[in-house]
Amino acid sequence: MELRSHVPGGPLEAKWERHRSEIKLVNPANKLKHHIIVVGSGLAGAAAAASLAELGYRVSCFCFQDSARRAHSIAAQGGINAAKNYQNDGDSVFRLFYDTIKGGDFRAREANVYRLAEVSASIIDQCTAQGVPFAREYGGLLANRSFGGVQVSRTFYARGQTGQQLLLGAYQALSRQIGSGTVQMNPRAEMLDLVVIDGRARGIIVRDLVTGAVSAHAGDAVVLATGGYSNVYYLSTNAKGCNVTAIWRAHKRGATFANPCFTQIHPTCIPQTGPHQSKLTLMSESLRNDGRIWVPKKKGDTRPPHQIPEEERDYFLERLYPSYGNLAPRDIASRRAKEVCDEGRGVGPGGGGHGVYLDFRDAIARLGRRAIVERYGNLFEMYQRITGEDPFQVPMRIYPAPHYTMGGLWVDYNLMTTIDGLYAIGEANFSDHGANRLGASALMQGLADGYFILPYTIGDYLAQAKPVKVDAEHPAFREVQKDVAERVRRLLAASGGKTVDAFHRELGRVMWDKCGMSRNGAGLKEAIGRIGALRDEFWNDVYVGGKGEELNQSLEHAGRVADFFEFAELMCHDALHREESCGCHFREEYQTPEGEAKRDDERFGYVAAWEFTGVGKEPLLHKEPLAFEAVHLAQRSYK
Amino acid sequence: MRVTLHVWRQPGPALAGVFVRYDMTDVSPDMSFLEMLDVLNQHLLARKDDPIAFDHDCREGICGACGMVINGRPHGPQRATTTCQLHMRSFPDGTELWIEPWRARAFPVIKDLVVDRGAFDRIIQAGGFITARTGSAPEANSLLVPKRDADLAMDAAACIGCGACVAACPNASAMLFVAAKVSHLGLLPQGQPERDTRVVGMVARMDAEGFGACSNHGECMTACPKEISIDFIAQLNRDYWTTRLAPKPRAKEFTGAA
Repeated sequence: MELRSHVPGGPLEAKWERHRSEIKLVNPANKLKHHIIVVGSGLAGAAAAASLAELGYRVSCFCFQDSARRAHSIAAQGGINAAKNYQNDGDSVFRLFYDTIKGGDFRAREANVYRLAEVSASIIDQCTAQGVPFAREYGGLLANRSFGGVQVSRTFYARGQTGQQLLLGAYQALSRQIGSGTVQMNPRAEMLDLVVIDGRARGIIVRDLVTGAVSAHAGDAVVLATGGYSNVYYLSTNAKGCNVTAIWRAHKRGATFANPCFTQIHPTCIPQTGPHQSKLTLMSESLRNDGRIWVPKKKGDTRPPHQIPEEERDYFLERLYPSYGNLAPRDIASRRAKEVCDEGRGVGPGGGGHGVYLDFRDAIARLGRRAIVERYGNLFEMYQRITGEDPFQVPMRIYPAPHYTMGGLWVDYNLMTTIDGLYAIGEANFSDHGANRLGASALMQGLADGYFILPYTIGDYLAQAKPVKVDAEHPAFREVQKDVAERVRRLLAASGGKTVDAFHRELGRVMWDKCGMSRNGAGLKEAIGRIGALRDEFWNDVYVGGKGEELNQSLEHAGRVADFFEFAELMCHDALHREESCGCHFREEYQTPEGEAKRDDERFGYVAAWEFTGVGKEPLLHKEPLAFEAVHLAQRSYK
Repeated sequence: MRVTLHVWRQPGPALAGVFVRYDMTDVSPDMSFLEMLDVLNQHLLARKDDPIAFDHDCREGICGACGMVINGRPHGPQRATTTCQLHMRSFPDGTELWIEPWRARAFPVIKDLVVDRGAFDRIIQAGGFITARTGSAPEANSLLVPKRDADLAMDAAACIGCGACVAACPNASAMLFVAAKVSHLGLLPQGQPERDTRVVGMVARMDAEGFGACSNHGECMTACPKEISIDFIAQLNRDYWTTRLAPKPRAKEFTGAA
């Protein structure tokens, strides 16, 4: 298999413009003859489905939630970046491009990232026209805020609910199309497999989550906008339903999976309280602007925080990174927090726990309580609701948690996977964030893919490939449908003694310990062995319960966990093979004497795209070399 | 903590439901309400009983998927809190809880605590949007929106579509939900061109879905986890009646050949 990125020629800043002018168009009258399947209704999926229908295509959209409005994009708090330069502070398309590629530790494709920066401004225009209530200045113009690790103010926001408002904008655009009959919306419907005919994606197999009916849907192209896979760790900031199933199924049918080990662990989450914990809650990164992070100098110190005198506190980020201090990038802040906790200096009930203090004492003294309420009131309230502690009295406790996955299906410049006619957009693809994503960039990428990139590139494919008519009666559909039904039957037939949830937790623990914030060769090898063993145990000893022909949440979970078991192994293989540290991928063997990530551009300056060879079998590696023409590769330094 | 639960169990839409009692002894005050139900479901599965079905997803109070009536109150006793953000420390040890699905004709029960809120989606499809084709938007700052309008629009736009307002209303009215969207879009200059058709279309759909009328009880606002104000219902009524009683003149429809 050859990975062809199809990056257009010419200078970086002219590539997209040129490509748009050169791609083939579908005649308006012919668009109606093409049926496009979109899986997922988050920012990328809803934006794509609505935009494609506006162009005149027939679209079917599927989501597992009860409504298209609930996809997990809704939970994004902080904001969305765009190179508008409204603040006159020197922002530009090139600067946004450079920040993103450097933030990703030089493991993303230049041309894609440049295009992302280029279309960012149109996203703000589009969302404003839809009625997204972005924050405003008193004069009525749009307001901006600063965000993690960059020196310009380019983040647009709607209070702490930017993701919600952007998603509702896309959902409403989608609703308009559903109302006018151009999009057929299928909520509570989960994609369980992909159908490939003559090397082209031609449809999907779906389970109706209410009736349990398994059905086949044929189309001329399939778009996967199914989000990330942080829930492989069990505990993450993702919604409970987020899963890898759609992209994993596509992978098993021939789509290569790129950089699966690039997973982002967010530093500011509320720590776990007990074994019952079902998910973790993110606290906005903006808290690090005024909060100071510390742990006691002494191991196992059980004194309450206010009894620990100043000289016995270790403000470790300020100590290690004097110039960035508490605002060091996400990957570094997370790793250092884990380090001090592993030393036994973590805080929390009983001491030696998994948490560090995020202390507002000094900020309250300096700025006054009122200023803090204005800046962080809703976050303080949320923290208190969840923990029962008042951050005005006791410092917050935070700990890193899995949050976003940079890896995903490999796509070319047109966002097409290695299967013709199969596209992956938003978090489901690997393309723009390299080994580490910057804050406020996920919303930008999802909407860029959905509104402004895919609607062009998919037309190019349809115009050139001219897919022949296929309907769901085709034997290939029957066959895959049979596979799906058999899998459901097998899950229900296993009548062991352990619940799906118990297996998921166990898998999560292995992944967190061995393939989490820092990894090493021995640990990864051990993990691969344990995952295989656990997977066998799962299929023999799981108890799902209920029937296939009804609303069965345990069965839904079982299917997703079964796929996580297969996927987890790939993640470990990827982490094991990448013998360097870059961005969020920290291999303990490859670090500088100061404990920073040591990149190896010579050996690993490529995208690792894996081909599926069988469950439990070693996957096959393909490399897409990364060539950097516009940027100079530098060591990230935040000292 | 010890907790006694009476949970509405209903195997399917057309089947009868009944309260089933569960006694739990291993509840931690740090658990969220849904985590407490997770633990109960693990117990049920261990003895090969059918687990309780309930909708949930983000568990951060923003997706709007979760929602159940707890001791007669949608989302339970805590102000401005969704079910997923409610914690067991809000209840005394030994508490007795009655847990039911949203009850409204327009939200039929699918199973146990899961209801079908598709009616909300259909109301949005009937006009809850601004028509702005992708690619046709003007430069964002070419349009000035006074900060107070943008802030008020945001207050309305905060609705998560959970349906607690309907569950709380003695008439099962969806007025707060519809009002929030009508106000959000109607407060912004972008929303003006379709302001009339939007309110009429959405209200017609709301009625057709079988939601009741608003008789100003105000229960909706009390139950709303985002504290959306019933002032928006007044705004909705104003928009609706202005449009119905004093419709703007319309151009004649063009029927000739091009």
